[in-house]
Order: sequence, then structure tokens, then C-alpha cells
Amino acid sequence: MALTGLDIFKLLPKKNCKECEQPTCLAFAMALANAKTALDKCPYVSEAAKEALGGASAPPIKLVKVGTLGSEREMGDEVVLFRHDKAFYHPTLLAVEISDTLSGAELEAKVKKVNELAFERVGQSVSIDMMAVRNDSGNADAFAAAVKAVADVTCFATVLITEDVVAMEKALAIIGSQKPLIHAATEANWEKMVELAKKYEAPLVVKGNGLDSTADLVEKVAASYKELVIDLGTRQLSQSLAEITQTRRLAIKKKFRPFGYPVIAFATSESPRDQVIEAAAYITKYASVVVLKADEKSQLLPLTALKMNIFSDPQKPSQVEPKVNAIGAVTPDSPVYVTTNFALTYYTVEGEVSASKVPSYILACPTDGTSVLTAWAAGKFNGDKITEFIKACGIEETVKHRNIVIPGHVAVIKGALEEKSGWKVLVGPAEASGINAFAKANFA
Amino acid sequence: MPVQILKERNSGKITSVTLGATAEQGGTRACTITVGGESSLPWLHFEGETPNKPVVAVEVLDRYPEEWNDAVKATYGDAMKDAAAWAKAAVECGGADLIYLRLQSADPELGASTPEQCVATVKKVLAAVGVPVAVIGCGIDEVDNKVIPAVAEACAGENLLLGLATTENYNTIVAAAMVHKHTVIAQSPLDINMCKQLNILITEMGIPADRIIVDPSIGGLGYGLEYAYSVGERARIGSLQGDKMLALPTIGTVGFEAWKAKEANVGADEFPGWGDQAERGILWEAVTAASLLQSGLDILVMRHPEAIALVKKNVADLMTPSSL
Repeated sequence: MALTGLDIFKLLPKKNCKECEQPTCLAFAMALANAKTALDKCPYVSEAAKEALGGASAPPIKLVKVGTLGSEREMGDEVVLFRHDKAFYHPTLLAVEISDTLSGAELEAKVKKVNELAFERVGQSVSIDMMAVRNDSGNADAFAAAVKAVADVTCFATVLITEDVVAMEKALAIIGSQKPLIHAATEANWEKMVELAKKYEAPLVVKGNGLDSTADLVEKVAASYKELVIDLGTRQLSQSLAEITQTRRLAIKKKFRPFGYPVIAFATSESPRDQVIEAAAYITKYASVVVLKADEKSQLLPLTALKMNIFSDPQKPSQVEPKVNAIGAVTPDSPVYVTTNFALTYYTVEGEVSASKVPSYILACPTDGTSVLTAWAAGKFNGDKITEFIKACGIEETVKHRNIVIPGHVAVIKGALEEKSGWKVLVGPAEASGINAFAKANFA
Repeated sequence: MPVQILKERNSGKITSVTLGATAEQGGTRACTITVGGESSLPWLHFEGETPNKPVVAVEVLDRYPEEWNDAVKATYGDAMKDAAAWAKAAVECGGADLIYLRLQSADPELGASTPEQCVATVKKVLAAVGVPVAVIGCGIDEVDNKVIPAVAEACAGENLLLGLATTENYNTIVAAAMVHKHTVIAQSPLDINMCKQLNILITEMGIPADRIIVDPSIGGLGYGLEYAYSVGERARIGSLQGDKMLALPTIGTVGFEAWKAKEANVGADEFPGWGDQAERGILWEAVTAASLLQSGLDILVMRHPEAIALVKKNVADLMTPSSL
């Protein structure tokens, strides 16, 4: 039964100490009611209150951590079914799988290759998140050897995939201190796997076979250990999506406890390309971890971009860094365009300028990520503001001329901008699609 | 103990729309294609129907796409110099369920083809393929308002998919489609309210809802895909709740958007950290498609045959019945 903010407030210490990062106990209570914070942020809450609030205040999906220090990643803690309702918070972790049937130089090369799956894209550093080692050999020592090879090199957290308790124990002896994700506790081995997970304080995957058996097993395991991730055991894509969606739905709409944990999915198609496509479906639909074997940069880059898209905050427009951008082989005589730093606006302009094949500079003017007309209406894209940016961004030292192209929709600012900045203003096309023809007519 | 399954009871469903017309139906197509009809969120077979699978329309231009990426141009080679040959190749070896023919050369900057020349191109494409055909103008309203009615009249009864009808320019195209028995594409700019408003304006002209396909606009992977994803999800949710003015099948120009991205185009020599360009470009297009399949896209307009093959396998996997 969900409690209201006031119900919760009655049970709090009412010290208004602010240690929970909320201004008052009442604000904290409201935040709890909306699942925006956690009860353990309050250092003074009584045991009795914890008991009473435990169920109501716990997030519908538990936050579970894997890895340590630089490799640490968070899973779960989602509160909605659709990103437009609020946002998805913890991007799906990409885990690339390595088989323990590899050994020696082959294994070394593979680990090195997977370790390098990191990218620079739209000004951000992104990478895969985990290396998974699978006990395909069926041999505990081979598994330990492969895990050792990974542990020696990897900068990522790891997933250890074996249902053999002996193999898991050997692997954990090597890498347990790095809090790997243990895959998996099953109906047959769960007691021993829980012991191992507890010993190393590592997150544990509970693997069932469909919704019913998974829920049963999670309940059994959760009685003694709660750092859990769910594997529904289903691998066929449409069945798996149906089950994962149901898991998320029950956790969020019904607070069904056995499903209140992050979910792991496996992209099991034969070809790496098909695995990428499968993984894309799981990124959009609720998997906190996707394991795949595809290991080429060209195959993982699209998935990192998809994560950035799906897990962006719909309330906050995506922005590019406000700066001078050089498109093509620019010279001090290249034309200069100015637009806003709303990512969609900027990249549309960049695409068209690039397609015009006239090397140019584009100034992404800081407008808090608003589009041209919105920014203009809000006073963020006018003669004063653009002049400020022209003087600060360094373009005056970069080009010899003083001509700037503005978007056609804000032709009215031409006079003010010329007067303030001392630059000559050319009014460009109203839509970015006109840039190609404009560039050919003016700069070719 | 069995888990208590939570099923949504949906009152609405997406209208089914058929494209193309066979000889008995007044056209010349060997087959027709029906899209839409879904009565659940995408792929949740346990609580609704997905009677028609999403289809792939291959983008064909009436001019050689000099500016396209070499990886795409290499696929059909010289066939791309002739719209009919290109369309034929797209059907025979490119996985095209229908053809999305863009009459770009009507643009004064790109050839200034006359309406008569455009009609001749469409006729040649219709003769070359048996699948349904979409015919899209060059994007300049004054030009399209001459070209599209001419095509509509010359191909009366074919049930072409004609576009693009926009808020600023829908009268002429919708009227031509109504008179000559075609279907229209209603395009709005990534905004669910404008999408709905345009559908209302168009249906007020008297065209039946099952003659409209919605192009809500999309962003490619990495560049606004999330907006398209959420518009799609919201439209599907609204449709299932009974909003008939949203409950229409959707089309998205996946190939066009995906191949605009820098990540699809730059060579590995320039960006070694991104890996092989052709593989990257193909997956950029396929992942754009795969994600939008999860938010309910019905017709995917695509370019690269290998990306299309990946998407078709994905659709087959997703169409596999599931049960809870």
C-alpha cells in the first residue's frame, strides 16, 4: 500500500537536519513518496519507522552495483515504464562475452581487443561496461585461467558465467574483490552461490526459467541476500521481451517484490550483427545488462549511441558544447555560421554545412539547448548574446574576415548584431535544408 | 506460486491500411500490402494482435544520388542511374516490400523535371515492379502541387502512397489522392499534437482514415532518435486508449536519417577509433530501424540491403508468438 508524503512525514524524526540533502523533513517525505530518494539517506530514522516505511519507501526496482572504483556501474532503480513519463536513469550495461575455451595468445588478444571498446563521440567518452567470461569448457581450472587473464588486463567490471559452484569459487578467488556480477544462482545451486556472493559482497544473478519459477527462486534467495539481478532464462526475443516487460510492469505498477531487481538479457543470435540488433531491442525495453559476443568497434559504437539516446532526460534538451566547430579543411578565409547549441539544431546545421562541401566554421552559441526561435524569443540568441559569444569563443583570432551567417528565422537581429559586434551579417536560409544552395551561391 | 500477470485492456487499435491495388481492384500491382491493425504496445502478443508485420520500403530516387555514401551506392551500382532499374533491383535482391520513389529531379536545382517527365518515371517504375509504390515530391510545395496531382491522375486506381501532405500544404495532394483513389502520407515535425491536428485537417476533407499513413518524422540514431521513439510510444499509447486521430500506421525515413550521421559516413582512416565504416554505416541504419520497431513504426524506408536483411530477421523474431 503506497503511503502519502504526510503519512511518511509522521514517522520521520522532524529534525530538519538537511543531511538527506532535502531542505526539510517534509520535503524528504514528499521525495520518498515519489520514489525520488531512499530512506537510508536519513541518518536518524528509527528502526520502528524503517520497519513501517520499508515497503513503501523502497524504490520499485532496487539499485544494484557491480565493479569497483573506475569500473563501478549501477543497475536498476528505474521508476517508469515509458521514458516520456519521467526518464530512464541507469543505462543498460553492455557486456561483451569471452569464452574460456580460448587460451594463451588467442585469449590475450581477445581480452585486449574487448578492452579497447571505448569511443569518443559527440564530445563524450563512452565505452562498453563489462567483460563477461563464460565457462564453455566445463572445466573449473580453464575458467579460472580465463578469468585470471581478464583480471590482469581489464579496465571493466566482469560477469562470471558458470553454474558450477567449484568453477565460480575458483574464479572469485581471483577476481572477487572487484565485485563481479555472478551468473548464476539456479534452483540447483542457489544456496552455495548465495554464500559465495555474500563472502565477496558481489551482486548475484538469479536465473529461473520463465516468470513463475524465477519469481519463486528470487523470493527464496532474497530472504538472505538482496544484491540481485534477474535472468528469466528465456532467450527467444519476442518471448523474452514479453517477460521482461511484464517483470518491469509488475515491479513498478504493483510493487511486486520478487521482480524489484534489475534484469539481465542475452543476445544469442549466431551472427554478431544480429546480436547487435537484438541488443538494441533490449536497450529500449528494460534490460539493465545485455550480454553479447559481437566485439568490433563498428558493432558496439551504434549501441553506445542508442544508450545515450534512450537514457537521455526527456525534460532536458540535449546540448552541444558552446564552441567554434571547424567543418572540413578550414582556412582563415572560411565562412562562419552561427546557430544555437540545441543538439538537434546544431547537428542538422552541421550535416548540411558538411554536405555543402564548403569548409566552414559553425559557432554553437550557448542558448541552454533551445532551438533558434525559442532562444531568440527568450533573449538568448540576439545581437548582444551572439556578440558576447563572438568575442569570447576565439573566432576573431581564427578567421581573417568579419562575415557571419545567421539563421533566416532571426533576420530581424541583423542590424543589432552588426552594430554590437562589428561583423557583417549575411542572412542565411530559414531552414537548414537551404544551406547547401546558399553555400553554393555565396561561397563556392 | 504462479505470478499474477498484469494485462492492459486496450479499447483502441491502429487502423489497417492497404497499399497498392491489383487488377481486380483497379490497379496493376501483383500484390498489395496491409499495415497497421495492432491492438497492443509493440510486440506484446500476450495482450493484443499484431496482424500485419512492419514492412520495408526501399528509397529510390529519380536521379543518381551522387552525395550518398559509397557503401550504399556500391549496392546497386549503375542500376541507380535509372529509377526503374533501381526499383527492380531493390525488389529482386534488396528486400523491398514496396518502393519509396522520391521525385527529386522535379526540384529546379536538381534537374527541373516537368510533371510529364515525372509521370513517365512513375509509369516506368510501376511497369518494372509488382509491389506497391509510394511517390514523394521534391519538397518544394509549388512544384509538388503540380507533380503529385499529375501522377495521381495518370496512375488512377493504383492506390499509390502519395506525399508529403504537411500542415502548410495538404489540400492539393489529399484532393488528388481522393479523386484518383490513392493513399496519402501526412507528415508532421516530431510533435504529437501537430501530428494529430494534421490528421484531423486531412480527414475533414473527407478522405477515409484507412487512406492515411502518418510520417511523424524521425531522428536517426545518435541524433534525435529518442524524440522519435517517444513520439511513437505516445502515439501508440494514445491510439490504444481510443484516440482515432492518432491510430494510423506510421512511416519513417530510417535510411535518410541514419546515413546523415557522421558515424555512418566517416572512414576508418579518419576515425580509427570507430572501426570499419561500411559495417558501422549498415548497423547505424539497422539499429535506427530496430529501435523504432520497438516504439511502433510500421513502414521503414531504408537504403542498404544488408541493413534491410538484419531488420527483416529482427521482424521475424519479433513476430514469433509469445505467451504469458
